[in-house]
Amino acid sequence: MIISWLANPDRFSKVFAPVRPWVAGLSLVLFAWGLYLCFASPEDYQQGDTVRIMYIHVPAAWMALFTYLVMGVASFFGLIFRHALADAAAKAAAPIGAVFTALALITGSLWGKPMWGTWWEWDGRMTSVLVLFLFYIGYIALHASIEDEQRAAKSTAILALIGLINLPIIKFSVDWWNTLHQGASVFRPDGPTVAPSMLWPLLVMALAYKALFVWLWLIRIDTEILSRKYNGLRARLGFREGGA
Amino acid sequence: MDLDMGKYAFFVWGSYGVTALALLSLTVLSVRAHRDRAAKLKALQETLAAEKAQKVDA
Repeated sequence: MIISWLANPDRFSKVFAPVRPWVAGLSLVLFAWGLYLCFASPEDYQQGDTVRIMYIHVPAAWMALFTYLVMGVASFFGLIFRHALADAAAKAAAPIGAVFTALALITGSLWGKPMWGTWWEWDGRMTSVLVLFLFYIGYIALHASIEDEQRAAKSTAILALIGLINLPIIKFSVDWWNTLHQGASVFRPDGPTVAPSMLWPLLVMALAYKALFVWLWLIRIDTEILSRKYNGLRARLGFREGGA
Repeated sequence: MDLDMGKYAFFVWGSYGVTALALLSLTVLSVRAHRDRAAKLKALQETLAAEKAQKVDA
């Protein structure tokens, strides 16, 4: 009910415009608190100071998957209900997800070199995350290459839905195949295996990333709404000038 | 709070540096695009309103 009420682009802009500064502020506070905890927490007895990379690598990887899920759900609604706001929501999420995925890959590589002795390994986890990054880039490129908004929305929604298959592959890759990457250590049926002194900075940073995502997503959806209004007005103006 | 990362300084500060650069760039680009779009739309709406007012006067 509330989703269909908010699906009106003008209403969406009006409702969320006053919310955005609060989300930005929340993100800033969480980042300040999280960064303090990142460097106040003890070093790991095995990994030394490189454990601090975990506090920015793991939230980036979580957000890479979460953002793609958001993009997939929005694409599904866009494809079924052909609603412009759903496509705007999916399109707005793609660059944010691409950045989170790139960060997961880069910081993972910077963590892998001192710990595993290699920058990269073509194993299940790393390769499937690279495939996720390629899905994001493919989505952005496809949207940019099709001029007609409705055709672009349909084609990219199909691509986004195909890419959803990759999410469980990423999640379970560490269980299905031999890998250098460690298995799940936070979201486990028997509870986290990470010490509380390291779990807190990780969770606060994860919340900071989440708040940043929400803020950027809301801004980018609003930018899409403004762009479509602008293009619509220009098209009407062009039509009138052409018809005169 | 300990900021001395010892022999891992390149890897730790490299990770935090790349992350800060990427997230700040994404934020600046997103905010700038939003402001730019809002300004363009406002200018177009004002032009159309002025045109409409001129027609009414005529």
